[in-house]
Amino acid sequence: MLSLDLSFYNWELFANYILKGLLFSIQLTLFATVGGIVFGTFLALMRLSGKPALVYPSTFYVNTMRSIPLVMVILWFFLLIPMLIGKPIGADLSATITFIAFEAAFFSEIVRAGIQSVPRGQGYAAEALGMTYGQNMRFIVLPQAFRNMIPVFMTQTIILFQDTSLVYAIGAYDLLKGFEIAGKNYGRPMETYILAAFTYFVICFSLSKMVRKIQAKVAIIR
Amino acid sequence: MALDFGVFCKNTLDGEVVDHCFSAVFGLAQNSDPSYLDWLMKAWGWTLAVAGLGLTIALILGAVMGTLRTLPDNGSLSRWLVRLSTVWVELFRNIPILVQVFIWYHVIPAFILPLKSLPSYWLVSIALGFFTSARIAEQIRAGIQALPSGQRAAATALGFTTAQSYRYVILPMALRIVIPPLTSESMNLIKNSSVAFAVSVPELTLFAMQAQEETSHGVEIYLAVTLLYALSAFAVNRVMAQIEKRTRIPGFIVSNDASLAH
Repeated sequence: MLSLDLSFYNWELFANYILKGLLFSIQLTLFATVGGIVFGTFLALMRLSGKPALVYPSTFYVNTMRSIPLVMVILWFFLLIPMLIGKPIGADLSATITFIAFEAAFFSEIVRAGIQSVPRGQGYAAEALGMTYGQNMRFIVLPQAFRNMIPVFMTQTIILFQDTSLVYAIGAYDLLKGFEIAGKNYGRPMETYILAAFTYFVICFSLSKMVRKIQAKVAIIR
Repeated sequence: MALDFGVFCKNTLDGEVVDHCFSAVFGLAQNSDPSYLDWLMKAWGWTLAVAGLGLTIALILGAVMGTLRTLPDNGSLSRWLVRLSTVWVELFRNIPILVQVFIWYHVIPAFILPLKSLPSYWLVSIALGFFTSARIAEQIRAGIQALPSGQRAAATALGFTTAQSYRYVILPMALRIVIPPLTSESMNLIKNSSVAFAVSVPELTLFAMQAQEETSHGVEIYLAVTLLYALSAFAVNRVMAQIEKRTRIPGFIVSNDASLAH
């Protein structure tokens, strides 16, 4: 029976190999969440606008992104961005742009459902008070919609954090890559894969526990 | 920038245009060298094989684990089964699929020796199947819990054992309800099968990466691969829609799709 030895995993290894990757994974997750929510909200408002010139492009964009494997989206952007701007960009920047563009499609579906979950009377009441469309969204509909969406946003962010490991396809240095390189350099590939799985599990499991607690807190009582 | 799909008729060895574009796929010219189109079709076959096997594993394990999570608390066995299925779901959905693929490919065969003799695409399918089974289990659990509690009570009142009430009352209804979410999980599995590139299964994504480098016709190659993924996912969608239609009991369960509801 083969035995595993985890004693090589110390602070020095963590600081030299893992920390850099962990920070990149977290940074990518945060950028993609914030960027995804901003662009996703615009996409959702376009889809709900009822104007064909806005509805069709946004629907096409969201459906396309949702029907392509994320690995292929990562490869597409890595191929296309240098073609369009005429010079190569690094894997890190390419990954960040890809994840913002990809997550925008998913967040827009969440925002759309969130806006539709706000009772219609709220929007009508705001209109009756003489609010413009912008004021209506800004002060009445979106605040309520976002409150409903917080748990779903957080669940999507956990999935997103797991998905960042797919930047492996273009060789960006993320948490998984950090473990893999450490495993190669220390000659302990099996142990580092187990440690990688353990690290992802602890982060995602604690976050999903947290989401369940927050879910109970933020629910709007009607 | 003009697209040139002629690249698919080129020989994969020397880049010359072959006379039979589809040579190896249909066995037309046994001796001629394969074209990129042949390679693409083979890669598609690998994607379908990995995803198909993974889906089979995911549906079976997902149905079992989802059912176990809803067992009533009547004895230590059922309590242990509920615990087992809860651990299962939390374990497999909180680790990224790519990490799970690496674990199945690099770690587990060292401990379970018979797995070493399996071809690598099997290991990827197992990884995909287990990963997706956690998600399917959650859908099945939600489907079972969505049933009115009177269903279970009625089965108990008729003297059914737990196994009988699941077999004859609960599951026939719950499994019909969960077909729409299972459809999207199945489509996700096809998309997720792209991670098989990381352990060198010669499927669509690996083809895309290698052919892009060899031919410098990346856009055409990626377009073809993307279309095949979309086509495969769409096919699954249609098959599931047919299953939903065939198994529907008129007037019994209201479909999620408003246009089909009575």
